[in-house]
Amino acid sequence: MYHPWIPNSDPKIKEDMLRSLGASFEDLIRDIPEKIRLRRELEIGFGRPLSEHEVSIILEKILSKNVVFKDPPPFLGGGVCPHAVPYVVKYILMRGEFYTAYTPYQAEINQGLMQVLFEYQSMIADLYDVDVVNSSMYDVSTATAEAIRMMMRITRKRGVLVPEKMNPFIKKVVETWIWPVDGVLIRYKIDPAEGILILDKFSENEIGGLYLENPSFLGEIIEETDLLNDYVKKKKFIFIVNAEPLSLGLLKPPGEYGADIVVGNGSSLGLGMNYGGPSLGILGIKMREEFIRQLPGRLIGATKEVDGDKKGFAMILQTREQHIRRERATSNITTNSALEAVAAAVYLSYVGEKGLRRLGESIYQRTVYMKNRVEKDLVGKACINSERRFFFRELPIRFITRSYREIHRELLKRGIHGGLLLDNLMEGMVNTSLFCVTELHSRSHIDLLIKTLAEVA
Amino acid sequence: MRWRQAYWDENFIQDKKRYGEGPLIPYEDDFREIKIDLPENILRRSSTGLPDLPEIEVVRHFIRLSQMSYGVDTGPVPLGSCTMKYNPKIADFLTQSPAITDVHPLQDEDTVQGLLEIIYLTERWLSEIVGMDKCSFQPPAGAAGELSGAIMIKRYHHDKGQMRDEMLIPDSAHGSNPASAAMAGFKVIRIPTSYKGTVDLDALRSVVSDKTAGIMLTNPNTLGIFEEDILEISDIIHKTGGLLYYDGANLNGILGIARPGDMGFDIVHLNLHKTFSSPHGGGGPGGGVVCARGELVDYLPRPLIMKEGSRYYWDYNCERCIGRISAFYGNIIPVIRTFIYIASLSGRGLREAGEIAIINTNYFIKRLMEKPYYQLPYDPSRPRKHEVVFSAKKILQETGVSAEDISKALLDEGFHAPTMYFPLIVDEALMIEFTETESRDVLDQYAEALNRIAEVAYKDPSLVKSSPRNTSVRRLDYVRANHPKTLAPTKKFLDKIW
Ligand SMILES: Cc1ncc(COP(=O)(O)O)c(C=O)c1O
Repeated sequence: MYHPWIPNSDPKIKEDMLRSLGASFEDLIRDIPEKIRLRRELEIGFGRPLSEHEVSIILEKILSKNVVFKDPPPFLGGGVCPHAVPYVVKYILMRGEFYTAYTPYQAEINQGLMQVLFEYQSMIADLYDVDVVNSSMYDVSTATAEAIRMMMRITRKRGVLVPEKMNPFIKKVVETWIWPVDGVLIRYKIDPAEGILILDKFSENEIGGLYLENPSFLGEIIEETDLLNDYVKKKKFIFIVNAEPLSLGLLKPPGEYGADIVVGNGSSLGLGMNYGGPSLGILGIKMREEFIRQLPGRLIGATKEVDGDKKGFAMILQTREQHIRRERATSNITTNSALEAVAAAVYLSYVGEKGLRRLGESIYQRTVYMKNRVEKDLVGKACINSERRFFFRELPIRFITRSYREIHRELLKRGIHGGLLLDNLMEGMVNTSLFCVTELHSRSHIDLLIKTLAEVA
Repeated sequence: MRWRQAYWDENFIQDKKRYGEGPLIPYEDDFREIKIDLPENILRRSSTGLPDLPEIEVVRHFIRLSQMSYGVDTGPVPLGSCTMKYNPKIADFLTQSPAITDVHPLQDEDTVQGLLEIIYLTERWLSEIVGMDKCSFQPPAGAAGELSGAIMIKRYHHDKGQMRDEMLIPDSAHGSNPASAAMAGFKVIRIPTSYKGTVDLDALRSVVSDKTAGIMLTNPNTLGIFEEDILEISDIIHKTGGLLYYDGANLNGILGIARPGDMGFDIVHLNLHKTFSSPHGGGGPGGGVVCARGELVDYLPRPLIMKEGSRYYWDYNCERCIGRISAFYGNIIPVIRTFIYIASLSGRGLREAGEIAIINTNYFIKRLMEKPYYQLPYDPSRPRKHEVVFSAKKILQETGVSAEDISKALLDEGFHAPTMYFPLIVDEALMIEFTETESRDVLDQYAEALNRIAEVAYKDPSLVKSSPRNTSVRRLDYVRANHPKTLAPTKKFLDKIW
């Protein structure tokens, strides 16, 4: 059969090629034992090759079974929220020179891609106030897992302190990744009066690091960053901070309050939600020798021509990586999220310094607006399920009079996608749902949500 | 071919002149009156260093940089082991649907039935292609699939109360195999390759024991040679109580022709960004899939896609599963691209892809071997499958021109170079994989270019050694790039090197 994606499937060319080999196709696979040859056609697809038109009709028909929430966008939090994807980002990502390229093993022919990745590394380093950022991890959960494993290698200790209300999706992934090396997550909480309280029994001299989420999974802005900094310095812990990049035009960057390793979810930087992936895991460090030696993932560095004077870029410190170091590599990561790093670089360039500050402020203002409306208009029906004062983008709302499951169904009937029910995800969050508001939510969207909640709750 | 790559002396975007206030933010005015009441000590005071640019400047900057890059859309990228296929354009557009890109991962299942149906069908198809019972899309790339598989093997033995801590891996394996095994806490036992280019069975027999957790193999292997003793290997490993893991990076060599499940493998990973034409994105994203059969399905990372009646849902049931390997369901866009790819080709087309990939490799070998410059180590009489590894050792010894020099000279011909210096068991390795998507003309031209470069090497090696000349920059200084005194991984260190 001929297919336009397979040029040499033209029967005449195929025959010619086989003739010049003096072989039949069977000859070329003579070393595949008879017993394991597949003697039938794979039962896949729709029975025959389909034209573009047919494929698009099938795909669109199936996808029409999805409900797309655009106006209003979903009020659904959980670490991923709806954000704008500028057309400039979509357009640049369609450049075949970027998206159909491989990892830039041949530096001279891929300088452009490497400059973008270097710009990404530099932008994220400045945004988080660290020195070195790798050119991407898969997503924030694997970035966190790798950060914790890195901490374990540096300190040779297997325990890490994690927030009592840690992002449960990240937590599950970290647990899988550290299980083989006997890693242990020990919960802590920040008590306004008593400082850091460790909630699980574990010998302190086996603890090597402290992991913070800021804003927390519940959207809480952490005010005690200086206290945490003092604490980790006193205990000689490695301080790992997961911060939402879009908050950093407004909030103090983790490097400024002592983070040694930073991680982040890059999905808000112009990637779209994509039903969870592809995403972008941010991973960065302060420049210290043992940190950079233990850093996983690809790194682009600046250099020059050997015999000329043009500036250029190259992949650096590859001796940390699997293709050189094999079982002693800092990680197995090979394919990463380079194209998402390109997207993030384009996004941050497009939004700019002023834009990012305004965006951070505006999302904060919307969170405040929503919180005020809940406290004013849902009295007796719902309350904010947190002792903290300040929130960014997400709000945990506890419902008092009716099960959130039912409320959620009522919202859906009215074309509104509500929050994430936390009952099964987190202790102590009874009948609580995590809502989010971003730059895509207008005042009338939020008003509609509150009005509907007031009716159905 | 005559070509010259663009060169723009393009400043860092952060260093460009500043304009304006940034983009329009939706509904910003709605909330103007709300005060920013946050305490001073948690507010950002330092600059983010980002530029403020009009849209046109952003576009030009990145378009110029794209002109200094090279992908499959530009020309052939026959990197061995990477399966750099043409990436169908239909998929670029269809995957931009808001019903994919604007879907929140935690949306109610009732609102994502369309997506789940596509994921389900793709899962069924992939299980059929590899001969497994069930697949999980959780791994975001191949290496994460390996890690999943290695942890599954560890858990499996753990549950059986067995202390098996040795993972067997051939010396020809990709680096991510031993790295993944080590991350899962295994000791890596290296199995040598025999003169035939396949696993040395005697060596294998001599190391298997009650400590053997399993073996990680790819078949065809990284030499492009089919492991013809695979059933015997499977027997040896299974008899001792170990498991077989299949690295699916090389699946293109047997697509529609043979299935890992029928060879005795227990766990398989796939790279959707290789075999199923999802683009590599300059390094990522990938799409990893990990599949298993029998009892091992219980160990797959959760959730798994399921169907009941006409309803699709995620099954989180995890009695023995290894947990999660990434936050949600994996990389969904490559999954949808896989759906499009398989729907477009069907079973017949996939088989055709597998056949042509093999024919292309062997045709290319024949063309290149018309001249005496390159060697084909490990039984040259044996047909290769999806890829081939040549050695440029003779050229190096006789002219001083290395595999790297040859690769750079290929860039000057307008071609991307092959994978160099891998697998480690071949000296001066040039590992070439065209896939089924390159035309015969390209194969001819590439073979001619390689032989022409070798000819030049014998006449005037300095010409080859001083390539590339037609790329945006010439050879780069890796010593200074990696030296602690001049290391510059971000802009703030630039004055050390520039
Ligand atoms: C043989 C082999 N195994 C495993 C991998 C790792 O896959 P990935 O890059 O998707 O993580 C690769 C790809 O680079 C490979 O070529």
